[in-house]
Amino acid sequence: MHLIRHTLAGLRVLLLLTVLLGVAYPLAVTGLAQVTLDWRASGSLVTEAGAHTTSYDDAVGSALVGQDFAGAEWFHSRPSAAGDGYDPLATAGSNLGPTSPDLLATVEERRAAAATEEGVAPSAVPPDAVTASASGLDPHISPAWAAIQVARVARERGLDEEVVRRLVADHTQGRTFGVLGAPRVDVLGLNLALADLAGPGLED
Amino acid sequence: MSATAAALGQVAALVAALVLTVPLLARHLVHTYSSPRHLRVERALYRACRVDPDADQHWRTYAWSVLGFSLAGIVLLYVLLRTQQWLPLSLGMTAMPAEGAFNTAISFVTNTNWQWYSGEAALGHLAQMTGLTVQNFVSAATGMAVAVALARGFSRASAGGRVGNFWADLVRGVVRVLLPISVVGALLLVLAGVVQNLDAPHAITTLAGDTQHLTGGPVASQEAIKELGTNGGGFYNANSAHPFENPTPLTNLLQVYLILLVPFSLAWAFGSLVGDRRQGRAVVTVMTMLLGVGTALLTWSEMAGPGLVPSAAGGAMEGKEVRFGEAASALFAAVTTGTSTGAVNAMHDSLTAPGGLVTLFMMMLGEVAPGGVGSGLYGMVLLAIITVFLAGLMVGRTPELIGKKIGHREMSLVAAYVLATPALVLVGTAVAIGTGSGRAGIQESGPHGLSEVLYAVTSAANNNGSAFGGLTTGTTFYDVLLGLCMLVGRFLPIVLVLALAGRLAAQRVTPAGAGTLPTHRPLFIVLLTGVALVIVGLTYVPVLALAPIAESLL
Repeated sequence: MHLIRHTLAGLRVLLLLTVLLGVAYPLAVTGLAQVTLDWRASGSLVTEAGAHTTSYDDAVGSALVGQDFAGAEWFHSRPSAAGDGYDPLATAGSNLGPTSPDLLATVEERRAAAATEEGVAPSAVPPDAVTASASGLDPHISPAWAAIQVARVARERGLDEEVVRRLVADHTQGRTFGVLGAPRVDVLGLNLALADLAGPGLED
Repeated sequence: MSATAAALGQVAALVAALVLTVPLLARHLVHTYSSPRHLRVERALYRACRVDPDADQHWRTYAWSVLGFSLAGIVLLYVLLRTQQWLPLSLGMTAMPAEGAFNTAISFVTNTNWQWYSGEAALGHLAQMTGLTVQNFVSAATGMAVAVALARGFSRASAGGRVGNFWADLVRGVVRVLLPISVVGALLLVLAGVVQNLDAPHAITTLAGDTQHLTGGPVASQEAIKELGTNGGGFYNANSAHPFENPTPLTNLLQVYLILLVPFSLAWAFGSLVGDRRQGRAVVTVMTMLLGVGTALLTWSEMAGPGLVPSAAGGAMEGKEVRFGEAASALFAAVTTGTSTGAVNAMHDSLTAPGGLVTLFMMMLGEVAPGGVGSGLYGMVLLAIITVFLAGLMVGRTPELIGKKIGHREMSLVAAYVLATPALVLVGTAVAIGTGSGRAGIQESGPHGLSEVLYAVTSAANNNGSAFGGLTTGTTFYDVLLGLCMLVGRFLPIVLVLALAGRLAAQRVTPAGAGTLPTHRPLFIVLLTGVALVIVGLTYVPVLALAPIAESLL
């Protein structure tokens, strides 16, 4: 009896709070965000020219979300466990544990493959090149991994290594305020700049 | 700057932000819960709902209100999840299966936010907004209300077991505390790149010519209260590792700050609420020490990267994002398990073995370092009661805490509280590894497989919500087992705490005498920390030895 009476009162309170917290609050924040910060609120979309846009049709991606770059002419992104790779409809890490034999084998495989592709010693391949990220959408790689990819990308695109190295530096960020997070290279931004440099017609 | 110096620097920034703001919010909390005046919007709400916000409720009535409100929440959320396909903004998502909706409804009402499903594949925007976001607010406000009721048990004398009014505590917590901070937090998150729109997934052609579906949503508004209310349920499956939920190291720090803000402020406010500020400071000190040691151990382990796979990879980057690196991932992991949040910015299943052990241990402490909003405070106060009881046994006199005698009735309630969650964890884990359907979900062989199950049940029973994600839990067995663990793990302790609050409020005040143990001095702080550690130690060492400790030695 007590429970029924209090549940009905609870239901009335909850329904009113739902209007406030579940409708008014998110819609008000959406309205404010769309008016004042529409590019960010819409997903930080960028065009092939590297410009900001809020239209999905003009976009080549989100500046925040990583993409798969398998081709030898691109800087590669990290291994991804999101769907078939970099699928925002199935974000995930591998969830494999620190003693997993499967993961151990995969890491060794990736290390050997990366060392062969970049023509470096296996020990020069950094951790982020051989491990899957948490989200499967990691937009960054470490400066160490970008550095060993420079020679290959320059060769594939017929560019001077120094030019490519400078592009990498332009797309490298240190820790925020010197202490937050880790140094990183923005892969999509870097590859957009590369494509731009090569000019139309040099690709495919 | 070296990685270690940067790791220390980010902690220093966090501590500075908290030190500046916790006393301010604490003062606001004290005013919120003790002011006799209602705001106009609150009064309109009480009138429309026909509840009396001025009735001073007996603890039993208060408990019925908590249970009734929560039951209404479970029913409403269940119905919403089962019917979302017919409602607007469903994005073509289908109804959640019955056992899954049962699990999810309990999960969000109990402030756990365990997620067997993945947000981008199972939920439309309406269910996220009107279902999950709403429960993120009200489950947090419920926890805060119970903690405040316990504080009233100490501050009132001969009050006949009356501990305040649940409806007023609930509505004030939402309207005066959680909603204003969430609005500011959400806008700050958008400013840094968190999405906030009502778009359906949209296909784009990537630079390399592939197709990628970008998934928008009302994310920032949910993200802010997800952290502030120590809820932890991600809009997306990847939770705070997803670049749309947590795009930069700065948003990461903001999220960690929001997680810790209310638990620490409420503990700080506790002193003023019971009329002795030193008590609040003592509680905050113990919480800080436990969280500090946990963070240090986790950070050391992730940065050192011991174990088979981390050694082979050259660092513990599996399941971590480059923009956060090891240190910011470790800080987040310690904070999310030290509170009952359960949001993650790195996949806990892939943490180093000692790192995974620390996250388990933080949850096993009973979520008191500093714990969930409200639940952390009442958990710590109950540990303080055990501490004065033990001290009383040593000198052979009736223990007292903040002017209230701890007799055998009070002690029985506290003992039941302390045993409830460990019993759920150990029995639940035993059931899961003792049955075929429980073992079927395990991904890894050996000790790590046991860790996966232990982590899931510990997370559910302590209302944390994070997971060792390798365990397959979207099955009827785990949906029901973990659903029951969350339900009992939330409401049995709450009823015991309210009963205790009622008993304390009925007592007269016992003036402190020469034999009273002062509960704000370093001696007591050390004793309380020791009690917290010894209780976990005695309860969980055997199963920890079989799982993460054994794994650390591999």
